[in-house]
Amino acid sequence: MGLMDHLSSKALRLGVPLSVHLDVTYRCNERCEHCYLEHDDLGEMSTGEMRGLLQQLEQSGVFFLTISGGEPLVRRDCFEILAMARSLGFNVKLKTNAILVKEQQARKLHSLGVEQVQVSVYSHRPEVHDAITKVPDSLFRTVAGIRLLRSHGVKVTVANVLMKSNFADAREVSALARELGAHYTLDPTITPMLNGDRSILRLGLASNEVRSLFRDANLVGDVHAFCAPPPPIDDEAREGFPCSAGHTACYVSPYGDVYPCVQFPLPCGNVRKETFLHIWRNSSQLREVRSIRGKDLPTCSSCAHLGTCTRCPGLAFMEGNMRGPSSADCEKSFLRTGLLTAGMQAHAAASNTSATCGLVQIEGSQPSPVPAVTVARAL
Amino acid sequence: MNEKYIVRSAKVASRLLEGEMMIMSAADSTLFNLNKVATLIWQAADGRTPLSEIVQSRICREFDVRLDVAYRDAEAFVHELASHGILTVLDQPVAASGAPEKPWA
Repeated sequence: MGLMDHLSSKALRLGVPLSVHLDVTYRCNERCEHCYLEHDDLGEMSTGEMRGLLQQLEQSGVFFLTISGGEPLVRRDCFEILAMARSLGFNVKLKTNAILVKEQQARKLHSLGVEQVQVSVYSHRPEVHDAITKVPDSLFRTVAGIRLLRSHGVKVTVANVLMKSNFADAREVSALARELGAHYTLDPTITPMLNGDRSILRLGLASNEVRSLFRDANLVGDVHAFCAPPPPIDDEAREGFPCSAGHTACYVSPYGDVYPCVQFPLPCGNVRKETFLHIWRNSSQLREVRSIRGKDLPTCSSCAHLGTCTRCPGLAFMEGNMRGPSSADCEKSFLRTGLLTAGMQAHAAASNTSATCGLVQIEGSQPSPVPAVTVARAL
Repeated sequence: MNEKYIVRSAKVASRLLEGEMMIMSAADSTLFNLNKVATLIWQAADGRTPLSEIVQSRICREFDVRLDVAYRDAEAFVHELASHGILTVLDQPVAASGAPEKPWA
């Protein structure tokens, strides 16, 4: 067991929230077409409230703190918040578009000892990147910000969310990250808006594009192993839980709302009304999330993919049932292995009278003309 | 014996979990997990308390160990942490402001 696994196990045993994602604002200086947030300020926590919250998080044992938004640097007190967080000993990761990173900001981020800055880059081509952010010259300004960060020795990760519009540019973005001296990560998942609007899912990759990613050895390593059929379900899968959300990690919004994860909009309490630790320990919603094991999932417990699926309970929740399948993850398991999931079979059975109902959620608003089961077998 | 003083780097993150300190260096993202003895030394690394005093007052009082043995182990430990950049070993105490009273050793 690696040291990180050891710490995670210890935190789980002790009930410690090892990681917290804190959005300090939903305001943003970009308008990315796939963003899951609305950008109005509905009453962000003040500097003083942020200070109090950070102190509570420190006392609760939080170690890894991701500060994000919106665009966190649009807050005038963002560096004050970052300085407070560092003085309290957090390992701080900042997510930004780097448009507002100039010489002074880059120097400060280095001197504060921020662990890592994650910057979204969608394409190496301005016409593609800027069309996604809807801000002219945003690629130029973002790359300039990354160069400044790197020149001051700040570690940068280039995060590349892939959609239909920028799928062809993934290799070039990876090469750009290398040239900038940054790490590169790729995310092929578009998530619904937190307000429940699912229309942005239409921007996501087509099935054949996801499948090609899963067969790219540069991305997944050993393709044969990555795409292998799942092993038989064992007790570990039956007794396991899908991710750290609500177990050793949670999310706090700019308004003080606590959720199991940024992708899991189940309100668990508000730090303006109760202490963070009280919410973490006593929220009935968090207790419910923690109680769910693989064997408790009505559809997925019988699925051959149970032990290897990346089922996101937050995405499942947004589809109506936190114990249900997440269709985006069903699709990934299927595209990876070629084996239908229990969720897909249940969906097909429920909609077998509707021949035009698309099986694969990622196809969004363009229903497949082929019946679901036939699509699966054809693939 | 020349006194040694130890001071924690400002570029690390740290948190106490069940009596053991976890530390991550911002420089290279290396994660450290200190045992209870090492944690006591880390917590006392204020740059002003001599290492010998830390060992005597914190380690020998808490654990059944001879001073010379504990000091030798502590010295090796702080030099190892210093090699990873998460601790600095000094020949002089730092000033109350955090700046060294004399040039860094």
